[in-house]
Amino acid sequence: MTLTMFTLNAFYGLALAMNMFIIASGLNLIFGVLRVINFAHGMFYMFGAYIVFTVTKSWGAPFFVGVLAAAASLAVIALVIERLMLKHLYGKEHLMQLLFTFALVLLMSDAAKMIWGTDQYSVGYPQGLGGAVNLGFVVLPQYQLFLCVVGPLIALAMWLVVDRTRWGRIVRAATQDREMLAALGVNVPMVYAAVFTIGSALAGVGGALAAPRVALVPGMDATIINECFIIVIIGGLGNLWGSFLGALAFGFVVQFGTVWAPNWQDVLPYLLMLVVLIIRPWGLLGRPEST
Amino acid sequence: MPERRYLIASAVVVLLLALLPLGGSRYAIDVATEVLIYVLFALSLNVLLGFTGNVSFGHAAYFAIGGYACAILLTTYGWPLLFALPAAVVLAGTVAAVVGYFCVRLTQIYFAMLTLAFAMLVWGVAFKWKEVTGGDDGFTGIKLPAMLGHYTSYFWFTLAVVAAAIAALWVICHSAFGLTLIAVRENSVRTGFIGVDTRRMRWAAFTVAGTFAGLAGALFGMYHRGMYIENAYWTESAQVLIMVLLGGIHSFVGPIIGAAVLYLLQIFTNQYTTYWPTVLGLILLVIVLVLPDGLIGLMARLRAYRQAWRRP
Repeated sequence: MTLTMFTLNAFYGLALAMNMFIIASGLNLIFGVLRVINFAHGMFYMFGAYIVFTVTKSWGAPFFVGVLAAAASLAVIALVIERLMLKHLYGKEHLMQLLFTFALVLLMSDAAKMIWGTDQYSVGYPQGLGGAVNLGFVVLPQYQLFLCVVGPLIALAMWLVVDRTRWGRIVRAATQDREMLAALGVNVPMVYAAVFTIGSALAGVGGALAAPRVALVPGMDATIINECFIIVIIGGLGNLWGSFLGALAFGFVVQFGTVWAPNWQDVLPYLLMLVVLIIRPWGLLGRPEST
Repeated sequence: MPERRYLIASAVVVLLLALLPLGGSRYAIDVATEVLIYVLFALSLNVLLGFTGNVSFGHAAYFAIGGYACAILLTTYGWPLLFALPAAVVLAGTVAAVVGYFCVRLTQIYFAMLTLAFAMLVWGVAFKWKEVTGGDDGFTGIKLPAMLGHYTSYFWFTLAVVAAAIAALWVICHSAFGLTLIAVRENSVRTGFIGVDTRRMRWAAFTVAGTFAGLAGALFGMYHRGMYIENAYWTESAQVLIMVLLGGIHSFVGPIIGAAVLYLLQIFTNQYTTYWPTVLGLILLVIVLVLPDGLIGLMARLRAYRQAWRRP
């Protein structure tokens, strides 16, 4: 493999990793605070992508308006789901919450079929990001470069908010001891609702940003949710930088896997998760749970 | 031994089912065969889920291994059924033992994700090992002994095998071993204190569950004269999980009812609408929000309600 090819593949791997990180970080945030494994996260991602398609193609709005619309719609959908149903399930078994989110997947997949049909769609690159940057020995597409910038920015922003602000302290406290936090006068249900809304909006943003890269088809949610699980599990559930690391590992394994072992690219991420879980059962940066 | 009235009731059910071909149409017999296979599949998962309290997301893997192995041994290698079926079941059990060895080191969601990872690996092998499994075209044209060629005789065969397997599972679940599994589920730490190797118990449960899933898979493949990679996909694992939960996980009969109800509901729904996922989603919402202990729990609650109403 020449240097050019290697750089190009590493770059595409990085862009994929950053796109995946944006989606997986939402799933990770929701798990970290709510302890809910949200199967519907992939569905939120798919809705994000479809919403961008509708906003840009049918209404002719610019791409980034579509991204904002996707984030806002998913935030609203998530808030409604949380307030109406999910909040009743926090005290129950993990299995019940999991089944609930699986029910959401089934309902939303049929809803998507009703709204958008089963045709395949595509979204063009946004204006000004459709070109390429020439580095001399390699030419890199602008949109992927843009993803490589946005991903770390979102990671940094999340870290700042969670680790450095008062609101972040409350969120971290909610993961530790819900009752004590409530006793101190914090409106814990609102914290939970906000976290679920923000996490889901991230799925919408991730889906919107993925739209120019991928084909929009029914079933795109299923692959993504499994890949997000892999990323979050590899990194360690609930750990922000763990997901970042997991996304990087995932991106490179998939990208180089397509080049070196094209027949096995679907299975490689699972193999990666398998190896990590056998060597480090709680993920790369995760800690054993005491519960 | 089970209570006498349960034993008699089971015998009557099996007998009535055995008489089905005398009066039922071909359609009824086909549906009954498939329901029986899913009943066994769901029961096998419940050893792990209900009795031991471990959520497996990859149970379809052992179903598929049993199905593919039996199909390949019968067709590619021309083994007689008498050897092919046990060999397939043993293979599924062996793979479950190997995978289980790694999985039981983890608990809760990590356990679930590792079972999923292994199952997707099995799916990947079935998908990519085209020369042996037929890849995404599926493995078709399974050769069955002439004796089982007719759908009626295959129904009787399935009924006999499933009934025997359910009896075996009943004995396993109500033995000292089964009770130990319940103890592990209820309080793993305390069970460890009284000298039980809880990890080993979970491992054994995993292996038992995989073995019986393999049997169900073998029956499924032979009945459909083919195995397909969808049978190993995670959606299949999710479906059997829902069957068990719909019936109720903390009882032996729950999964039997859950599997039958869900399957019948599915074919019934598909006659009228293509929106089966919506129906299934609504069923799940009802389970989660109203019926956390499944149909068995609902029946128990109704009974208690009636008794309270009779004795004011």
